[in-house]
Amino acid sequence: MKRRLETSELIFKIISYLFLTMFSIMCLYPLVFAVSASISGRQAVEYSQVVLLPKNIQFDAFKRMFSDNMFWNSYSNTLFITLYGTLWAMGYSILGGYALSKKRLLFRKTFNFFLVFTMWFSAGIVPQYLNYLNTKAVFNGIGIMDDKWLVVIAMGMAAMNIILLRNAFEGVPSEIEEAAIVDGATEFQVLSKVYIPMSKSTIATVALFFAISRWNGYFWARQMITNQNEHPLMVFIRLKLEEYTDAEAMAGWNETYASDSVVYALIVCSIVPILIIYPFIQKYFAKGVNVGGVKE
Amino acid sequence: MKVNASDYLVYDQLSNSYREDAEQKVRDDVEKHYWLHVGRTIAKDWRLYIMLIPMLLVFLFWRYFPMYELLGCFKVADQVLPVSKQLFSGFSYFKELLISGKPISTEFWRALRNTFILSFYGLCFGFPFPIILALFFNEVKSNVARSVYQVLTYLPKFLSTVVMTTLITMLVKQGALTTSYGVLSQFLEKIGLISHETAVAGLLNQPQFFRGIYELSGIWETAGYGSIVYFAAIIAISPTSYEAAQIDGANKMAQMKYVVLPSILSTIVIMLITRIGSLLSIGYEKVLLLYNQNTYVTGDVVSTFAQRYGLQGASKGLASAAEMMNNVIGMLLVIGANTISRKASNVSLY
Repeated sequence: MKRRLETSELIFKIISYLFLTMFSIMCLYPLVFAVSASISGRQAVEYSQVVLLPKNIQFDAFKRMFSDNMFWNSYSNTLFITLYGTLWAMGYSILGGYALSKKRLLFRKTFNFFLVFTMWFSAGIVPQYLNYLNTKAVFNGIGIMDDKWLVVIAMGMAAMNIILLRNAFEGVPSEIEEAAIVDGATEFQVLSKVYIPMSKSTIATVALFFAISRWNGYFWARQMITNQNEHPLMVFIRLKLEEYTDAEAMAGWNETYASDSVVYALIVCSIVPILIIYPFIQKYFAKGVNVGGVKE
Repeated sequence: MKVNASDYLVYDQLSNSYREDAEQKVRDDVEKHYWLHVGRTIAKDWRLYIMLIPMLLVFLFWRYFPMYELLGCFKVADQVLPVSKQLFSGFSYFKELLISGKPISTEFWRALRNTFILSFYGLCFGFPFPIILALFFNEVKSNVARSVYQVLTYLPKFLSTVVMTTLITMLVKQGALTTSYGVLSQFLEKIGLISHETAVAGLLNQPQFFRGIYELSGIWETAGYGSIVYFAAIIAISPTSYEAAQIDGANKMAQMKYVVLPSILSTIVIMLITRIGSLLSIGYEKVLLLYNQNTYVTGDVVSTFAQRYGLQGASKGLASAAEMMNNVIGMLLVIGANTISRKASNVSLY
């Protein structure tokens, strides 16, 4: 039998729905606005007449961007950095997390502290910058001229993610490992055939964390990548924003669309891939947070 | 400590004499040849240690080597020489920043204060918000509706800092001769929160709005995602607890107070420790992308101060000294918060 709601409960329910609806709209609105503004006519955008729906629809801003080689360049650079950066980070994180999850590992506490300390204390921007300069010199010395590799290899490590993996591996029952060893499996086989399949969801979550942070990375890419052709998308967006919102530089703008529309179009293009995979990854995200307890 | 014979000698019934304890012998042996033992264990299990190496090297090269560069804080800066060959200058940079009274010292103190204020506001306003959101999620009983709400509110977390700051910049941009000011400014003007002149001048150009924009966009970005962990704690509460409370005549507020709150308290404590611990490590990327010369008064934080003087300017030693002080205090905060919580509630992060 269904119980009737009491007044206080009813009020609370109404407030909840109202609030959630409002907040959801607020979360969605900027994106809808960006889409509308990117396909609206010049006057509508420049006089801020676009509030929700597009006016005087045009697609020239998109066309201009798609015909820009630098855009495709930066897009492929971002894909490159995201793909290889995630693979590299996952590689050493899984191996390291696996080793750390073993009780029989000597100096386990020391290694753990070595990791956790980087979460407490970071040297800061300037020392990191100097260090990256040295790294860059070394990379150039051994023939890696492409700064993208510097971003892929030397950046984006996260102790937290390794600890998530370590905790997941610790949760795998040791009997299964013993059974595998009795069957003659080597350490690498135990990892690839037993541990990785058994902690799939954590691995997916951590890979997602790495990939998102790579896709969104901006500051160090801008500092360290000198060649314009190697800039990732986020740096490209920022440079375009700086260029297109500069009133003096834009004084001679005589297109049928506003210069702002190009920036909006860029934003839309950078969000689309995330929106496409978002429904598939969302459930992993929720899971990843729940396993976030840190122990030593 | 006094050593008794019985600790390492065992009486042997058969031969009527004492003999050495076998276990103790092993223990002695291990102690005597400690490093040999270590070597043997590693050699037996070498694959495990090989696996560890890439991770250790990555962290050593790009997390610990920068700490070596921190020596530059105590040395006379030189563009050519590596930090190991530079001359020592003692604590001159620290003195210059903290007590010299020069403009740069004032600027440093301002940056330190701003860092603290921005994080502290974030703690006061940003911290309770996800909890409230999780409580509201719990009220939505239809799975479909709740999924829709959750998908929408998690969404901003996936946007990059660049995209978010670009959107903010556009929404509150200043007006010019031929162009109008941002849509959000228009809305705020319409509901009477800001005057026409302020709206036209662009909100990001005025120091009094920087903190508000920073905090509100922070809430907008992280609230939905931050609520996941609280919501997980709330749905773990057994429905019987609510029923029992209802039978006892508890209304909604009483249920919140006596059923929900105690159940999620440990989660709240953990999250609070994390927040307090990271009180001085503010996301500099966002500040860097949002602030400009006009808003240094409220927007400049220690990291951006260091970025301006160390990366754009040439005072590398000074800049890293500033940031090091910030980070050391930050580390003490983490350790302090963690110790207190371990003592008080047996909940600890590290």
